[in-house]
Parts: sequence; structure tokens; C-alpha cells
Amino acid sequence: MTARILVVDDDPAVAEMIGIVLRADGFETEFCDHGDRALDIFRETHPDVVLLDLMLPGRSGIDICRDIRAESGVPIIMLTAKSDTVDVVLGLESGADDYVPKPFKPRELIARVRARLRRNDAAAPAIVRIGDLEIDVTGHRVTRAGEVIQLTPLEFDVLVTLARSPGQVFTREVLLEDVWGYRHAADTRLVNVHIQRLRAKIERDPENPEIVVTVRGVGYKAGGVSS
Amino acid sequence: MRLRGRSIGDAAATPSKRFAWRWRRSLLFRVVVTTLVIGLGTVALLGAYVNTEIRDGLVDARVDRALQQSANDVATAQKDIDASTAENPGDLQTLVRDVATKLGVLGGDSRRVVILQSPGNTSPLPVTAGAFNPSLVSVVTDDMRTAVEEGLTQPYQFVELPAGEPGLVVGSPIEFRLAGEYELYFIYSLQDEQDTLSLIQRVLALGGGMLVALVVFMTWWVTNQAVRPVRDGARVAARLAEGRLSERMKVRGNDEMATLARTFNEMAESLQRQITRMEELSRLQRRFVSDVSHELRTPLTTVRMASDVLFDARADFPPQVARSAELLSNQLDRFEALLADLLEISRIDAGAARLEFEEISLTDIVRDEVEAMQHPASTIGVELRLWVAEGEHVASMDRPRVGRIVRNLLSNAIEHAQEHPVDIGISSNGRAVAVVVRDYGIGLTPQQVDRVFDRFWRADAARARTMGGTGLGLSIAREDARLHGGKLEAWGRPGKGASFRLLLPRTSRGLGQDAPLPLAMRESEFEALGPRVAVESVAEFGSDAELSGSAS
Repeated sequence: MTARILVVDDDPAVAEMIGIVLRADGFETEFCDHGDRALDIFRETHPDVVLLDLMLPGRSGIDICRDIRAESGVPIIMLTAKSDTVDVVLGLESGADDYVPKPFKPRELIARVRARLRRNDAAAPAIVRIGDLEIDVTGHRVTRAGEVIQLTPLEFDVLVTLARSPGQVFTREVLLEDVWGYRHAADTRLVNVHIQRLRAKIERDPENPEIVVTVRGVGYKAGGVSS
Repeated sequence: MRLRGRSIGDAAATPSKRFAWRWRRSLLFRVVVTTLVIGLGTVALLGAYVNTEIRDGLVDARVDRALQQSANDVATAQKDIDASTAENPGDLQTLVRDVATKLGVLGGDSRRVVILQSPGNTSPLPVTAGAFNPSLVSVVTDDMRTAVEEGLTQPYQFVELPAGEPGLVVGSPIEFRLAGEYELYFIYSLQDEQDTLSLIQRVLALGGGMLVALVVFMTWWVTNQAVRPVRDGARVAARLAEGRLSERMKVRGNDEMATLARTFNEMAESLQRQITRMEELSRLQRRFVSDVSHELRTPLTTVRMASDVLFDARADFPPQVARSAELLSNQLDRFEALLADLLEISRIDAGAARLEFEEISLTDIVRDEVEAMQHPASTIGVELRLWVAEGEHVASMDRPRVGRIVRNLLSNAIEHAQEHPVDIGISSNGRAVAVVVRDYGIGLTPQQVDRVFDRFWRADAARARTMGGTGLGLSIAREDARLHGGKLEAWGRPGKGASFRLLLPRTSRGLGQDAPLPLAMRESEFEALGPRVAVESVAEFGSDAELSGSAS
């Protein structure tokens, strides 16, 4: 099955070039060059990954990111021309899974897209329990007392990675490698922002997390003994 | 003991120190204290003078009156005695008593009478018994009696009476017919004069005190009038200096102080205008840099991707086209690095660089960078040796920036090492952490050391650029060090190599006087520093990203 990628970028040359690169690697591509049309095209095409430029005519990339998140957990990768810290954090907080700063190399882009498409369900067991959560790894479902908690695939991957080795501390670098697929040092804010988003959904009290616990100066671990 | 003595001395010195401190710091305090001292001195001198004059006047008048009265009364008494016919001791005694009583009545309450037998008189008659209060005898001194005996006219002496009152004794001889030579003493009490004088002194003291208080208060008030606007001005100026640019002085009235306040406010106004204008310029500059960055990166993204597609497919091209694709791809790397450096330096120039500090070990940063550089260094035959002194070399740093400084120093050293090894030393003291990067290659002349941080400056313009630096690396490194409150310095000798030292403060108190490491380190000093730290080469993961990352 060929994955479908939606490229939202107003610069026709960049969009075309991204299309050439993606198609050369066997992806199917859809394009959108205006912020106001992005959500409609997203609904029509049901892409597997969205590549989203932040500076767009009409609706901004940040807003589109929120719109898509409101109805889907589809992986979103931001294309940022600015390397300004504020923009990156804002984008991640509004729901983007990863970002690629412009200018990027084709291989880098492909690696990021593939990392988002890779399914983290190779190893057993199929059901993992952590705290009062039940994680159905194959079915991509998280439930608390029979009630389903909606997570994006990325948040799901983070949770499963931590939950499979309860008590083991994962540094941000290890999580970047395991979940995001970075092979060398990358932006650890990716981890911080997504851990916060994950906590907001699964913790009873996100201020005092019990399932995803911070280990000061090191990283994170899955807390709460399996019940 | 010594400690105790000193601490007591300190405690005693504290109030006087505080006084000296206030004296130096407060104009108001100084003026009031000066006025108080001068006022009290003047009033005291004046009071003493007035007091003396009045006392002398009072006493002189009283003495004159007493002498006059005494002379009259003595004459009257003598006349009475001479006229008397008393012959026997009993009559004489009565006579003496009568005279004494009469004299007592004449003199009133403030005078007492004492009648004593002259030392030369050997008559056995005890005529003076019961004529006066015997306790008064002690008031008459030997000097007085001698003076009377010698026949001085009306000798007198100031004495203290048994009741504690001040008194005056006036003496004169008197003869009681058969009983012979006697001495008559009048003892005047000066209590009234004393009371008058006391009253005057009280009034003077009260008046003087009130005068001084009034003068001090007026001085305080007047000085305060003058000092308060100055204080207000100082406070407002301090607020302005803190950056609260809309702070202004209050303008009251139309006097000199108001003029000062108005002028001050005009100055503040002008400063605020200037600063706002500079801020606006800086904001525009930042905006421009940001826009340029975006506008340049969008086409560059396309070019970059197109170039890489061509590069990946170069095996299918004819040789010239394939080589062109290679050149295009390589030079794009350089172009990107240059653009990134240019944007970074203009961000720093515009004051738009923001640092994110974290407590981190310098050793970790340097080791990571050395690991990343190991592979490119070994390809041109340069060995990297890392030496770390004992201890935790932790400071508050922006990791990416410090990493970039070290990266720039390393690539610079490797480029100029001429296949000699490069030594890297890390140490710290209480105030600063330091890393020295030393090569033993071509070195630098003192003139070159002065220019080595200049933008786009190269020691030898014609020399091959093996590491492909942008010419901005060291300038940015120095700016990064400065943003941390640290220092980046260079040293070099032609043919002996060059050394770069980065100092970063550990606390907000700055770098301190002594650097943890010397700027120009010898090979033996690195070995003495501490154990050599083994560095893993990351060459096995070596991807293009790491190679291009090192070449900035």
C-alpha cells in the first residue's frame, strides 16, 4: 500500500520539488497552496502524513495544525523556514509531531516521513497494562476502565515505548531515536512537548503525573505498577 | 581574648562608623549637625558672658550695701555701748545681748551677728554667752579674724553658711568698756541674690535652648526644601537607568528647583526618544533578518532538493554533467553554511540572540564535539587529544552555542595543525570554566592574533580551505562567548602553533581575576592537567549531516 502525503506549501517550486522527491520514493502526493483550503483537501484526500508549511496565505500553519488535530491523529510534520524557537514550540504545542527546518535534504525529509509511517507494533505482548490503563498495541487503543482515550499515533508510540519497559528510564535522546527515528542528536523539545500533551490526556492529574514520570536530569519512565 | 577584644572594639566603632557614613552620605544630616554644634556653642558662650555680668553686678551691689549697713550699725552699737553705764558682769552681759538683739533687728532676717572675744583680750568675763547662735562661729575663718585683728577697715569674705546658702561675712572690732576688745561679725545671707541668679540662668538656658532648636529646625526645613528635589531627581534618574523610561520628576512652582526638574524631564524625554528610536531600528533589523531568512530559504530549499536529486543520479550522467552536479552539491553546502552564519551574526548584531541557559558540564559538550570531529581530523592526519582536570566543570551555558564555539575552535585548529596533534584542555575554578584548544602547526604572528576574530579574515587568502570554513566561525564564536559574559582569546607564534582559550563564568559575579588555564599552554602542561580522556570516534555513524555540521 502506497502512503499518501499531503503537501501544504504556498511556494509552487518547493511543492513541486517535494512532490518529485516523494514520488521518487514511491509515495503518492496531494498538494494544497492556500491555508483556507487545507482542511477541505485534508478531508477529501485522507492522507497518511501531512507536510505543513507554517507561513501560508490565509489560515496559518499553526491554525491548520489545530484544525486537523481536532478531528484526526494523522502525523503532521512542520516545514519551518524560520528556525525561531518560538515558532517551533508553538507548532509542536498545536499538535505537530515533528518538524523539518528549511532548507532540508531530500533524504532527511524522506527519513522523517518514513519514521512517522513506521508502525511500532513489531514485538509482543499485544496488551500492555500500566497503572490503570490498558494498552491494546495491535488495535492501537488505550482504555481506562473500559473507556477509550483518544491518542494520536505518535502519542501512542511514546506511551507504548515507555510502558513496555516499566521502571526503565528513557533519556530524551533515546526516545528521539526510538519514537521519532532520529539517529543523532536532535531537538529534545520534541520530547518535552509531546510528553506534556500525552500527560494531559492520560493522567488523572497532569500536574502530578503517575503514569509518565519525570526523572530529574535524566528523562522519563513509566511509573505506576501494573495492576 | 584577642577575638573578644576585637569584637568589643568593633561594637564600639559601629555607632561612630554609622555617624561617619551618614555624614558622608546625607547633606541634610551634615547641615543640621553643623548648625546644632555652632548654635549650641554660640548660645553657651553668650550665656556664660551674660551670666557672669549679671552675677558680678548683683554681688557688687549687695557687697556695697552690706558694707555701708555694717559700718553704720557698728558705729551705732559702739555709741550705745559707750553711753551705757553697765559695770558688773551681769549688766555687761545684758548690754551685749541688747546690742546683739538690736543689731539683729536692724539687719532683718538675712543678717546674723557673731561677737567674739579678741585673741589679745584676757578679760575673764563671759559676756558673749547667749548673745548669738553658736553654730555660726565656724563660719568666721581664721583669715577673717586675723584681718580684723590687724585693723583692716571692714574686711569681708564670701563663705558658705551652715544651711548651704552662700554668705558674706563682714568684720569689725568693737570695745565693751570693761570687758575689753571684741570682734563683731555680720553674716549676710546671699540666698536672694542666688535665687535671682538661678532664675536668670534658667531663663537664659531655656531661651538659648529654644533658640538653638528653632535655628536647627529652620535649617532642617530650609535644607530639606533644597535637598528634597535633588533626592527626587536622584530617585527618578535611578528609575530611568533601570529602564523605566516614562519616569518623570514632578515640577512644582517656577523656582530654580522647578527649572531643574523641567530640564531633567526634557533630558529624560530626549533619552526616551533616542532609545525608542534605537529599539525601533533594532526591531526593524530583526524583522529584516527574519524576512531575508525566510525569503532566501524558500528558493534554497528547492535548489537544495534539486541538487541532491541530480547528485544522487550523477552515475547516469555524462562525466562533465556528473562533475557539475557534484560541484553544485558541494558548493550548496558552503552556501548554506555561509547563509546560516550571516544570519546568525546579524541576529547577534541586532541584539536578537536569545540564550537558553542550563547547568551543564563543559566536559560533556567538548567531548561530544571532539567525538564528532575525530573522523574529519583523522582523514587529514591530525590527532585530537583531550585532557580534563579533576572535578566537575559545570556552568550555566547555552549548550548549542557553546558547542558551536568549541566546534569552531576545533575545526580552526585542525585546519592549521599541519598533521601535528591538537591538544584540548578543560579546567575550572570557583569563578570560571575554561577550555583551551592548542595546535602546533603554522601558528600566528602577533598582528594576525589581533585580526583573527575579524569577520571574513583569513591568515593566508591563497591557502587551500580544507575544512571549508565560512570566515565567520571565529567571529561568531567570540560573540557567543561574549553573550555568555565570557571571553575568547587567541595566542600564536609563527611555526609554534596557536592557542585559543574560552572562559565562561560559573556565577553571575563574572570571570574573576585568575583564569583556570593559561592562554598559551605547552604540551607538557596538558599532560600535567589530568588524565587523557579517551574519545570514541563517531566515524562509524558518520553521515553527511555530521560532516557538513563540522564544516562551519
